[in-house]
Order: sequence, then C-alpha cells, then structure tokens
Amino acid sequence: MDTIQVSTMSSHRPVTAYKSSIGMKLLMGITGFTFIGFVTGHMIGNLQVFLGPEKLNAYAHTLQSLGALLWIIRLSLFTFFAVHIFFGIKLWLENKASRPIPYVKEVNVESTFSSRIMIWSGLAMFSFVVYHLLHFTLIVTNPEYAVLKENLDVYSMMVVGFSNYWISAVYVVAMIFLSLHVNHAVFSMFQTFGLTNAKWIPLLRRIGNLYAILILVGYVSMPIAVLLNIITLH
Amino acid sequence: MNLTLYVWRQKNADDKGRMETYAAKNISTHMSFLEMLDVVNEDLIEQGIEPIAFDHDCREGICGMCSLVVNGRPHGPEKATTICQLHMRHFKEGDKIYIEPWRAKAFAVVKDLVVDRSALDRIMAAGGFVSVNTGGVPDGNSIPISKVDADTAMDAAACIGCGACVASCKNASAMLFVAAKVSQFASLPQGKVEASRRVRAMIDQMDVEGFGNCTNFQECEAACPKEISIKFIAKMNREYLKSSVAPSKG
Repeated sequence: MDTIQVSTMSSHRPVTAYKSSIGMKLLMGITGFTFIGFVTGHMIGNLQVFLGPEKLNAYAHTLQSLGALLWIIRLSLFTFFAVHIFFGIKLWLENKASRPIPYVKEVNVESTFSSRIMIWSGLAMFSFVVYHLLHFTLIVTNPEYAVLKENLDVYSMMVVGFSNYWISAVYVVAMIFLSLHVNHAVFSMFQTFGLTNAKWIPLLRRIGNLYAILILVGYVSMPIAVLLNIITLH
Repeated sequence: MNLTLYVWRQKNADDKGRMETYAAKNISTHMSFLEMLDVVNEDLIEQGIEPIAFDHDCREGICGMCSLVVNGRPHGPEKATTICQLHMRHFKEGDKIYIEPWRAKAFAVVKDLVVDRSALDRIMAAGGFVSVNTGGVPDGNSIPISKVDADTAMDAAACIGCGACVASCKNASAMLFVAAKVSQFASLPQGKVEASRRVRAMIDQMDVEGFGNCTNFQECEAACPKEISIKFIAKMNREYLKSSVAPSKG
C-alpha cells in the first residue's frame, strides 16, 4: 500500500509563502495593484493632450526633471512587471496541468470572458508594452520622431504617431485587451487580498466593469481624436 | 421518456477510457438521475455489457458521495442540488445527456465515473480538526458563541466534501473546499486557537496534492450543491495572510 504523506499541524513545517498557491496569488495582486495605479496615472497625464501642447509638454518636462526618482519608478515598474509575468505564466502552467484530461462537454456558468482570457490579454499587454517602448520611448520603430523627442515635444509625437492608421489601430486593439484584463483584475485583486465579503463581491465586479470602461474610453479617445482632427499639430 | 446517454467508460486507472453511447428507454419523470442510471445498468446487464460504475451512498443529498458531471456541469443543471437529488422531470424526451467523471489531476479515475477523492481527506487530515488531547467532553454552551458567528460557521460547515468545486473550476482548484473547512473552524473560538497553523497546513497539503490555483472564476460557487459562498475564499486568504505576517503560537 502506498504511504500516505500528510504534514499534520503539530509536525507542520511552514513552506515559504511565495511558493504556495495563495502566496503567488498575493504577488500577482500586489504587482497588479501598482499597474492599476500606473495605468490610471499614465492615462490622466496623457489626457492633457486635450488641453493643448503647452500643458502636455510641461507635464513631460516635469516627469523628466524627476531625475533619479524617475529611474527608481521605472526600475520598480520593470521589476514588478517581470514578477507579474513570471508568476502569471507559472500559475497558468500549473492550472493547465491540474486538469490533464479535459471535459468532452465544457460549459461556462459564472466565469466571465475576461476572467478566462487573463493569460492571453496579459501576453497581449506584454507585447504591446514592448512595442510602446520601442515606439515612443526608445523611438526605434519610428526614428523620424528623434527631433521631437529631443525637444520633449510629446504633443507632436502623439499627433504624428496616431495620424498613422496602423499605429492607431494597434493602440486601440491593445487598449481593448487592457480593458478586458483590468475588468477581471479589480475584483480578483480584492478577493485575493481577502478584502471582500458577500456584499462587496458583486459590487467590486461592477466597479471592475466601470473601471474597465473608463480606461478604454480614456485611452482610446486620444488616437480617435487625432484621426478625427480634433487634436492637430499647432 | 427516452434519452440518449454519452457516458465515460474506463476499465481502471490505467485504461485510456472513451465515451460510449447508450439508450435510456422508458424513463419515468419521477426517477432521480441515479435511479435512471440503475435502470440503464439493468438493461446493460441483460445485454451482457458491464454496468456503468458510479459513486453514490445516501441518495438524499447529504453524504457527498455522488459525483457526476452532467452536460458539463457537476451535479447537473439544477442549483443547490446533488445529482442524486436531481429528478428526471428536469429533462425532456429525446435529450442527449453527457455524463463524465470529476476531472482533475488530483482525482484519478478508479473506474468509469468513480474517482479517487482521498486528496480531500488528506487535506482534512493535515488540519481540518480541533486538537482536544485530554479531559472529558466539555459542557455544552460553556463557551458562549454569538448567533452571527455560529451561523457563519454553519454556512461553511454545510460543505459535504463532494468535490464539485474542483470539478467545476477551470483550474481544478480545491480552494472553495479548503476555504469552507478553514472558515468553519476559524469562525469559532474552539477553532481559533489553531487557526494560524491550520490554514498553512491545509493550504500546503492542497498544493502538494496537485490542485490548481484560484483565478476567482466563481464557477465553484455556482456548482456547489450546498451553495458555499466564495466569501469564504476571501476569509481563507485573510487567515493565510494573518498567519504569514503574524503567526500565532497555537
């Protein structure tokens, strides 16, 4: 007969929390929370494009003048991003392995579309962030922005960038994925932190839906406004 | 009523298994789903075919033994109903019904629709109890417990350990089961003493058994025949966080 291995409470040797299922989820929640902060701040900052070039470019100058602090923020975000992706993929692989034989008849009762595609919307966001950095930050894909970048003319970079239908399309599609990702993330994060109860579970789901719509409308409004000539070069 | 059944057949744990098609003839709407299978099995025996093996015991929805995934839903389409309590009046003439076992790496198929759920027993053995090492039986009501706490503990203790949460979860996670057991004890003064060690021991065992992780799909709550709320998963997460940040000596 097989030996049954059970670590009872008395002889219990605690495993390192980050290796446990809930520990990994907590890491996803904590890192995810900072991205929600970043995504919100980045959107509000960039929406200043509607206030004209002076406002937006002054904001860009303020960010640049942070100096070392800017690099601390960048490195923290990069580290958190790496942790979020690493554990996201690890959890997904473990979850796949937990059901080696799928059901012949598979149905969805309560789970939302956005909750089921977290890995794919997440990987789409990763690809987008790489492109976004190459496009606007490192100006690898469009070297013609170099002069604008040197003068920190973020306004003109945005207008020139989004005037291209293909680039705008990439941004819009990416923001749809972002919106789907945060739609589930908001509720999921609070649930993982244990900050929910019977009353707050449905409420947080609705807050998640609302936040996802705000993010989508806020971000997508910028390329759309450029394409509709609401925002133009001065 | 005549139905077509698509049933998972598997000789033993080593067999690959496959879906087989059977006709269920002259089924009364008053029968339970398991009684319908009994009738089909009698037919199969007469035809010289091995009857379909499935788990069942009390057939009154309280033991947690029955475990069939019917048309992709553990315990079938009715809310708050075990498959033994599901009656054939919920189906109609000519229906095609898919019957599969609980699917999870931690639940190996023993035969046909019977799976080995001893992983849940090992999670219980790891911490699903209150240590009372000496003395006689304590007097009833010697420890006053508020109605709210008693009700919360009772809601969690409604779990019959059938494993439908695992079967319904896209990740085959046992979080709702473990959460119900952890919360049932953590809500009462007798259980609070060991709450910190318990939650870690049970979660560790859950991870060792190869269950998936929680993505907060909420499928488990919908499938649970006892309607255990995912609020208990949040409670377990709180308990786990507490035990990691400030483990008690208990």
